[in-house]
Amino acid sequence: METLMIIVSGVLVTVATYLLLTKNLMRIILGAAVLTHAVHLLIMAMGGFSGNAVPIIRRPGETYVDALPQALILTSIVINFAVTAFFLVLAYKVYNRTKTDDLNNMRGIHHE
Amino acid sequence: MNNAVVFPMVIPLITGVLLVFLQAHLRLQRIVSTLALSINIGLSFYLLQIVRTAGIQTLHFGGWEAPFGISFVADSFALLLVCTANIVTLLCTLYAFRTIRERRERLYFHALVQFLLAGVNGSFLTGDIFNLFVTFEVMLLASYALITLGASERQLKESVKYIAINVVSSSFFLIAIAYLYGLLGTLNMAHLSVRIEEVGQTPLITVVSIVFLIVFSLKSALLLYQWLPGSYSTPPTAIAALFGALLTKVGVYALFRTFSLLFYHEQQITHVIIGVMAGVTLVGGSMGALAYTNIRQVVSYNVVIAIGFMLVGLALLSTNAMEGAIYYLVHDMFVKALLFLLAGTMIYVTSSDKMDEISGLIRNYPVLGWMFFITILSLAGIPPLSGFIGKVLIGIDAIEQRAYILLALSFLSSLIVLYTLIRVFMNCFWGETIISEEDEVTLPKSILAPSIVLVIITFILGIGVEGIAPYVTDAAETLLHPNIYIDAVLSK
Repeated sequence: METLMIIVSGVLVTVATYLLLTKNLMRIILGAAVLTHAVHLLIMAMGGFSGNAVPIIRRPGETYVDALPQALILTSIVINFAVTAFFLVLAYKVYNRTKTDDLNNMRGIHHE
Repeated sequence: MNNAVVFPMVIPLITGVLLVFLQAHLRLQRIVSTLALSINIGLSFYLLQIVRTAGIQTLHFGGWEAPFGISFVADSFALLLVCTANIVTLLCTLYAFRTIRERRERLYFHALVQFLLAGVNGSFLTGDIFNLFVTFEVMLLASYALITLGASERQLKESVKYIAINVVSSSFFLIAIAYLYGLLGTLNMAHLSVRIEEVGQTPLITVVSIVFLIVFSLKSALLLYQWLPGSYSTPPTAIAALFGALLTKVGVYALFRTFSLLFYHEQQITHVIIGVMAGVTLVGGSMGALAYTNIRQVVSYNVVIAIGFMLVGLALLSTNAMEGAIYYLVHDMFVKALLFLLAGTMIYVTSSDKMDEISGLIRNYPVLGWMFFITILSLAGIPPLSGFIGKVLIGIDAIEQRAYILLALSFLSSLIVLYTLIRVFMNCFWGETIISEEDEVTLPKSILAPSIVLVIITFILGIGVEGIAPYVTDAAETLLHPNIYIDAVLSK
């Protein structure tokens, strides 16, 4: 199961890298979102799987799953949600203002 | 256990929430935020005193003992930076009252500054590496909102890059944390340090440490500084000053913490890489500062040079170099804020940020001119100003360790700092007066006051080095002997 997760995570990172390297602002935002999800899967895999056990110790000797990675992922999902929402609103504002979503048109200061 | 440790983070957080509700009452907002910042300054100095007499203070949230719960750890290093950050924030807020315009102030400026400070203080105080990620995000989200505040076209364009690069580096941060957790099974920094010592810093851990290095380099503008000059030169002065003084320094703090507490076993790999990166940063920052004639750009590249200089201290990793780096870090937070405020004031009175369009300001604004000159001397490291002691200590240590290339680079870059800023000074303050007395923009005392306070602070830090020496020595001691930190966190 861990192997599968790692492979899926790797595929997601590839997709995210491709999206991040394009010049379209929307694709970059999607790329950033996909990248964080790839990382969440990685954290999940790092915590290890143990079948369908729950993260609660009910009786001694019973199998349970490490709860910490799940807590980390939950926190990270919340943060990522806020950041992506902010980024999307910003992209909308930028588009309204400059009528472009191409990063080539957003270059900074020109040489004098 | 000391509950006071959480206050530097919680007071700004609560104040920020309160300020959101006071949006309609500008006056009240100003009073509340000034008051909260003053209380915070007092409290952080009080904590610094306690640490001096009673040793490192810790707080385990919810009573969950060290490796299991989240801990806050206040040692001298963290608290020195907390004190500095609070003072700088107060002064930048005071400066903003007169300069940032009501429209921006009504867009929750004060609340956002408080949230930014909460994130910064939290990053300094936390003793848990995942919590460090969370406080970083608190700080970054506030900074995203501040950098776009007012939404001028240039700000929007630059903030897109700033946010994109930070979102990606945050993902890298999580990747590094995931690997670290997979390898060592803990996230508490003291506990991580113990475990790394037990199993030895295996090649895998070194690789993870390099991922951390990349993440923190992006945040602190070490080598990967290309995003900085653009994004720091667009927001209004008060915000730019806050960013220049605080944000990159949090990254520097994280580098110091992780590479002295956790990954200090393979110095011939990690610290050599840091040294090379610091050297390249010094060269790159100097080239940038030389290349531009736009005041904002010159000032922003000066931030980059200072980062390189501090990291030379970390690369050397010895008592002298560490003390020097800490002195320099505190000095730089104050003086960079001062530099940004003065440059912003120059732009405010002339409405131009091009060096060749401004001249003869010293006739119109003598106080501003002389303060700018003192700032330059302080940044170049002329005694008795505050930049001197840090440069001397790092220099001495570089000679002792025969790191001649780093030595040469760091002192040549000091000369370039001096040259680039003197160039700004000569262009803008000397020469023919371009502003006639009729169209002179009056510069109220309330705009100059924060800068004057910062100038006084750079004198105090320079002349009164003896006064802060015990704290800095203690901070360097804790950084160089991880056991002190570990015992304080894990023993109780």
